Amino acid sequence: MSSTNRTVVVTGIGATTPLGGDVASTWEGLIAGRSGVRPLEQDWAADLPVKIAAQIAVEPGEVIPRPQARRLDRSAQFALIAAKEAWADAGFTDKAGDDTSVDPDRLGAVIASGIGGVTTLLDQYDVLRDKGVRRVSPHTVPMLMPNGPSANVGLAVGARAGVHTPVSACASGAEAIGYAIEMIRSGRADVVVAGGTEAAIHPLPIAAFGNMMAMSKNNDDPEGASRPYDVARDGFVLGEGAGVIVLESAEHAAKRGARVYAEAVGQGISADGHDIVQPEPEGRGISHALQNLMDCTDLAAAEIMHVNAHATSTPAGDIAELKALRKVFGDDTDHMAVSGTKSMTGHLLGGAGGIESVASILALYHRIAPPTINIDNLDPEADADIVRGEARKLPVEGRIAALNDSFGFGGHNVVLAFRTV
Amino acid sequence: MAATQEEIVAGLAEIVNEIAGIPVEDVQLDKSFTDDLDVDSLSMVEVVVAAEERFDVKIPDDDVKNLKTVGDATDYILKHQG
Repeated sequence: MSSTNRTVVVTGIGATTPLGGDVASTWEGLIAGRSGVRPLEQDWAADLPVKIAAQIAVEPGEVIPRPQARRLDRSAQFALIAAKEAWADAGFTDKAGDDTSVDPDRLGAVIASGIGGVTTLLDQYDVLRDKGVRRVSPHTVPMLMPNGPSANVGLAVGARAGVHTPVSACASGAEAIGYAIEMIRSGRADVVVAGGTEAAIHPLPIAAFGNMMAMSKNNDDPEGASRPYDVARDGFVLGEGAGVIVLESAEHAAKRGARVYAEAVGQGISADGHDIVQPEPEGRGISHALQNLMDCTDLAAAEIMHVNAHATSTPAGDIAELKALRKVFGDDTDHMAVSGTKSMTGHLLGGAGGIESVASILALYHRIAPPTINIDNLDPEADADIVRGEARKLPVEGRIAALNDSFGFGGHNVVLAFRTV
Repeated sequence: MAATQEEIVAGLAEIVNEIAGIPVEDVQLDKSFTDDLDVDSLSMVEVVVAAEERFDVKIPDDDVKNLKTVGDATDYILKHQG
């Protein structure tokens, strides 16, 4: 709960995703219903049960200079690219302090990932085994630490109010944004750069998720593999990338004349207390998070017109979430256009809350909900108004709100709410 | 066959270029790794390891701190190369 109740707004957005190297190309792909899932053509994929993934559209090495890139884990590279876009989009021209419209002591950064620098860890283990101790990179520790992306983004923008990394598996990105909202609410910061990133497309995570029976093995139809709410869904498709937003107190944004995309209304958080990986099948924990959101904010069910669902394309999880929406919102659920954008981007794990917040914010800003693709046969248990196949216009009049749901292994549930201004 | 001073400077220039992105022509004997060539303490470890491999020389950690300039490193390698 907040001590000052300051209104928080979104003034900048950035992304690098399987659909595009920036927000504009990602949004264009989402609205067009384009899949970012492709075959894994690397040699290491040959023996894996899963040979598809949503790989980044623009390799970070094309954007970040080589000397800088070689000391950043891939997840930190993604985060930095998305953060720089969001920072410039918010109208800042330099680091805090050099740009005098933001005080570094009042600027925070909260960037999360689900797994951290896993490719650095595994690649450096290969170096240790194959080439010996002396060849292990001295940059390994700052590259693999889970707070690396947050710390690097904090350094890039000059954040000194606090740099944080909440970790809650696939809810991490959303939890980061929720944490950032609270930093501003509580008066600890005026501006916070927040989001999620993930870079885990590597044989070990794929083998591990695959052996959990969590991933789609629809190798013959990559673009059709991620199919939330379809009766034939058989697991998630791993994605990579980052989504980062600039959150700001409404007062601070007004003072510098910043463009406001949306209000960041708040968050609802809960834990399932059920199982380490299985979602609670009736959506009890998710309902609790939704109820917390409604209790702790002035959000009205009547104004929620869009939900960017967690919807990973797993048999149990997709339905549990819809049950929770119905339980908390009753008939109000009927006017919520529910989109599963992971059908296009794949599942970015800790990055999901970041890019899906960007998608939710743009859905409000442009008043259009992206589609859920690949639903050939809608699961009869999907008791909600799913946006199928094509993007759908949202009401053009009045104040409307959108939810972004993210849930993670461990039973973490985070719901974020945004609203038009 | 042992490398000449010229070959060592050229080799170090390639290494520094790879690690710090400094143009090879800027890597001269009188240049300081930290002050002139953007090589911080962690990157210096990378430079040393790459130089050890390239010139077949061992540079113990205790000696690394004495290698302030490209000239220092070149002299060290000339003296200790295998």
